[in-house]
Amino acid sequence: MPHTQATFNQQLKKMYSWYAGGFFIFVAFLAVAEQLGMSSQWIGYIFMFSTIALYAGIGVMSRTADVAEYYVAGRRVPALFNGMATGADWMSAASFIGMAGTLYFSGYQGLAFVMGWTGGYCLVALFLAPYLRKFGEFTIPDFLGARYGGNLARLIGVVAAILASFTYVVAQIYGVGLITSRFVGLEFEVGVFVGLAGILVCSFLGGMRAVTWTQVAQYIILIVAYLIPVVILSTKVTGVPVPQAMYGQVLQKLTAKETELFAAPKEVEVNALYKARADDFDRKIQGLPGSLDAERAQLTAKLDQLKSANAPAKQIAAAEMALRNIPKTEAEARRKWGEARKLAEAKARPPLAHTQAHAGKDQADSDSKRLNFIALVICLMIGTASLPHILMRYYTTPSVKEARESVFWSLFFIFLLYFTAPAYAVFAKWEVYNNLVGSTISTLPGWVASWGKVGLVKIDDINADGILQLAELTLNTDVIVLATPEIAGLPYVISGLVAAGGLAAALSTADGLLLTIANAMSHDVYYKVIDPNASTQRRLVISKTLLLVVALIAAYTASLKPDNILFMVGLAFSIAASAFFPALVCGVFWKRANMAGAVTGMVAGLGMCLYYAAITHPFFGGDISNAWFGIESISCGFFGIPTGFVVLIVVSLLTPAPDAETQDLVEHVRYPNLGTSARSAPTGGGVDH
Amino acid sequence: MQLSERHREYWRRNLRITAVLLAIWFLVTFVPVYFARSLNEITFLGWPLAFYMGAQGALIVYVIIIGYYARVMNRLDREYGVSEDR
Repeated sequence: MPHTQATFNQQLKKMYSWYAGGFFIFVAFLAVAEQLGMSSQWIGYIFMFSTIALYAGIGVMSRTADVAEYYVAGRRVPALFNGMATGADWMSAASFIGMAGTLYFSGYQGLAFVMGWTGGYCLVALFLAPYLRKFGEFTIPDFLGARYGGNLARLIGVVAAILASFTYVVAQIYGVGLITSRFVGLEFEVGVFVGLAGILVCSFLGGMRAVTWTQVAQYIILIVAYLIPVVILSTKVTGVPVPQAMYGQVLQKLTAKETELFAAPKEVEVNALYKARADDFDRKIQGLPGSLDAERAQLTAKLDQLKSANAPAKQIAAAEMALRNIPKTEAEARRKWGEARKLAEAKARPPLAHTQAHAGKDQADSDSKRLNFIALVICLMIGTASLPHILMRYYTTPSVKEARESVFWSLFFIFLLYFTAPAYAVFAKWEVYNNLVGSTISTLPGWVASWGKVGLVKIDDINADGILQLAELTLNTDVIVLATPEIAGLPYVISGLVAAGGLAAALSTADGLLLTIANAMSHDVYYKVIDPNASTQRRLVISKTLLLVVALIAAYTASLKPDNILFMVGLAFSIAASAFFPALVCGVFWKRANMAGAVTGMVAGLGMCLYYAAITHPFFGGDISNAWFGIESISCGFFGIPTGFVVLIVVSLLTPAPDAETQDLVEHVRYPNLGTSARSAPTGGGVDH
Repeated sequence: MQLSERHREYWRRNLRITAVLLAIWFLVTFVPVYFARSLNEITFLGWPLAFYMGAQGALIVYVIIIGYYARVMNRLDREYGVSEDR
């Protein structure tokens, strides 16, 4: 076995080196083709369809009818490759496209995501990965079922796994729809189903085995695509191609520039104009319902006046448009004007300085920002260590030893991207503040217009001086990564590469999540609870059917373009953390934890988390004024996690200790090899209990 | 099954290593965040210190923590004869 595993490892290294080399040649080839006159539309098409074809190829080659191959890739994925696969599994469309933008807008406060989404791996390494690998079954509910004797704990695990994974997978498919519609020009709804096809070709035939080897390929594409634009931008700004090391200097200059820019007389004037606009909307809202009629009368009068004065057609059309867009009901007016007031208010004062920590109106506000930062970091970290699609990956290594090493490689490969994201934000901000703000609006660079068309960049010359002030520019979070190649003046092939990278990030995460959901239902519900005598073939058929059904439901949900998708994704972390973390950690570290404790702890943790989200977030009809200690809804796990722990511990102590067999299981998972153990250690290939 | 005293010692040492690394994790994560307002007055390699910790410093320590844990535990496995034979 050691010999074959080593050979396998060598083969993999050779194969993926060839693959990476081939990918570079492919990009170089397209770059040349662009110089020879290939249109950007074609470059977009070729990038998208050739990468999806590639993933499909790997998926078809990895098709399998073996249970252990289907669920855990045969448990022979070497640490390094499992690290890359976990990296791709972990980094979603939000990390790839949204993260740098979030950091651009929130500066220091955005670092909560950078820390939370990396530091969580310390908890995975110290508390979970090696022990789950030793346990060596197929899913996370498997562990709960075995450790807390029975199907009840397993089923609650299934519910929490589906709850946390489903919203997350919808967000990924949504991301695929956005990328394909922006870069290839497909309709959003069509893009969603093209993406769905891309996801299914990877996972449908080969389950975990196919997903693993595609994710490794996707990781290579996504990291190359993320690094290249910012390396070139760094070279352009500082002369050194190491953005991670150079952005400190740029940040110092940026801070000086911010001070100068925020205090510029023109900027202050624009802020005051936005303040007036906000006050105006405020008056209108106060004056409802009468103000709505007044507004309509005023616009009608203006239109008549323009018409009678024979004004240019363009002005008349604008006035007609304004009249058409007027809110129809009082409720609609309240909502629309409220949003407009909020937008104007945000521009009525200068933005946060990039490095300022916990900025607030006063000391109390600032302290509350700090508490929220800490709560968010906790929820993201513990959520990372509880998301089933990530934990599941550590079942696939050949040994406990490699599971430990593979957490290291996972974080290393994730680190490469998260370490770069703040640099992305700083370089992009530097370019915008220096080369965009203060230019004449009629001569802005081409990318402003092209991203303006899809609504990601907006310009509003409120003081009508023909020059762009900072507050007059509105950028969408996603535009930072998507437009950096153009901001840096790079050829379109790099934009195509970035799109392919974003697609790889979204597809790889969606694959891992879909597999988690389908496996939870086919393995944990169907095989373990409904029909334990089902044949291997039948289990795989059920699994693949469910995968298809879940994928279709997720794609359909994504095509409805649900609002609040980002909030739902944030919620997934709190849900997973509150439901799983206490039961998993106590399952390994506290022998006394028993079924009653785990079941009540999971229900209480999950319940508290959902209850808090429900009372504080408008999506569920709550309001932030109900918050405890001012904690925002996204961090509802801040209350859910301790509730889960306390209930688990108290109920366990009030009820009898678990039986000897369960205690043996705990000892079994604590030691990589106990020699002559009562339970056989499934270290090799497909050992099926 | 019956655990030997050596087995128990292995587990105690594992717990100790875990606790120390967890303390380091806690320290680099939450202390700079809590004192961020004052730490940002200090400049480190060109970055304000709290910003640097959140953007790079803590991340580097996380990678080291996990790498160190894997090394030490894999050695401990062999020392206590609980490593997987392969």
